[in-house]
Amino acid sequence: MKTIKVALFFPRERIEDPVIYTLSKNYDLMFSILQAEIYPGESGRTIIALTGTEENIEKGLEYCRSIGVEARIFDKSIIHNDDLCVDCGACTAVCIPGALYLDEKGSLKFDPEKCHACGHCVKACPMRAIDLNVFI
Amino acid sequence: MHRTFDEVNEKIKSGEAVVMTAEEFIALTKEKGVKAATVEVDVVTCATFGPMCSSGAFLNFGHSDPPMRMAEIWLNDVQAYGGLAAVDTYIGATQPSETQGMEYGGAHVIQDLIDGKKVRLRARSYGTACYPRREIDTYITLDDLNQAYLYNPRNAYQNYAAATNSTDTPIYTYMGILLPKMSNVTYSTSGELSPLLKDPDLRTIGVGTRIFLGGAIGYVAWEGTQCTLNRAEADDGVEWRAGATIAVVGNLREMNTRYIRAAVYEKYGISMFVGIGMAMPVLDEELAKQLAKGNDRLYTKVFDYGVPSRSRPDFGWFNYAQLRSGSIEINGNRIPTAPLSSLKIAREIAEKLRDMIIKGEFLLTEPVAKLPMEGKFKPLEIRGD
Repeated sequence: MKTIKVALFFPRERIEDPVIYTLSKNYDLMFSILQAEIYPGESGRTIIALTGTEENIEKGLEYCRSIGVEARIFDKSIIHNDDLCVDCGACTAVCIPGALYLDEKGSLKFDPEKCHACGHCVKACPMRAIDLNVFI
Repeated sequence: MHRTFDEVNEKIKSGEAVVMTAEEFIALTKEKGVKAATVEVDVVTCATFGPMCSSGAFLNFGHSDPPMRMAEIWLNDVQAYGGLAAVDTYIGATQPSETQGMEYGGAHVIQDLIDGKKVRLRARSYGTACYPRREIDTYITLDDLNQAYLYNPRNAYQNYAAATNSTDTPIYTYMGILLPKMSNVTYSTSGELSPLLKDPDLRTIGVGTRIFLGGAIGYVAWEGTQCTLNRAEADDGVEWRAGATIAVVGNLREMNTRYIRAAVYEKYGISMFVGIGMAMPVLDEELAKQLAKGNDRLYTKVFDYGVPSRSRPDFGWFNYAQLRSGSIEINGNRIPTAPLSSLKIAREIAEKLRDMIIKGEFLLTEPVAKLPMEGKFKPLEIRGD
């Protein structure tokens, strides 16, 4: 069993489809919805944590792609641009799950396991050093 | 035990001065006591690297042919002041671009100039007999300018209030994004490293004081705007100071954007991170006692930015050790805290300045004139005719 975090991007024609239900029912995947943005008639984005066997996760993601729902798995490494970051800590103020934090030396650290990809840090960063390039 | 500026400078020149950062000095006083530390240490360095909106730069472009008295000026579409002499201007850090809005502004122009980038200069004028040109559209770099110096009217706040938000919606402020229902607290002062907080009576800081400014050697030019020396007692009787500020000046050409950087606060606007380092001679035990104060003895108040009023309600005193611990307790609730100024780069500046002094590259200056020790922060009243 493993758990991944994945962002699902729903095109207009798939917004009303029970995609997450199908993932659970047909592929035996447990899910936890971390974030959802749905714009009726336009598009939608849902961030979910999926738990299951590696094979079922692969099959589930393949199912998503086959119906036109883009599935992006979170990258474990990239979140902020070290050259731009000044380690001020403004992003940590809005990171409720505590994925972004300052260590004892005052250096910004990122724990991808805790990240919900809510995007608050992107707006909070005064150096514009964070982007949502957290996916592979 | 007394020291003068001259004695300290002689020791620096002969390579014998003992110099420490404020953090190192605090550790030493804990180990050996203030008295022994006073005897041992000649100079203590402090620093801050945080957003300081009241910043900007004077520039002189030189004359075009035919010449022009620039009345309206834009640098990369950011308006600069046209009310000085023909080709002088002042570009303010917070001025937003007319084409990119809040994502680019005066601070970015200053940063681009320091980085040696080409900046588009556009200007308009009404034309005069001596300055017939009415329009110009060209590119400049820092090398092309005759003078380019940072002049920041209000920097290095002695101590700044912390912020939270009691309303039901997030608010976007110069204190960062404040989440609803008091879900976070932000603070900006570098605590035990904050220069004006460690010499609270400004005994070593005044007009003419040499400082580290944005990577260059700069100077204190004057009292900062809104400078007051407020005093109060925190809950445990520890004296608290707040309102001193300094105006600073320094050569843009010598600066390094590691230590001076444009910043954008979402839905608020543009600011500039300015790195300021100051070196205090340990004049006597009295000053050493101040320099020895750690985060646990330096306090600020948390204010409710959800109340858009000049007199916001506050939630009491908290020391910087509490604020830096990651959370504080208000009304029985644990609230996460986060800084807005970079402790890491403040430390780096304090260490850099320490090393410059040890190598004899930075001498201390006795203030040419003292900053005002009295003064009231006057409000602006709205009056009719």
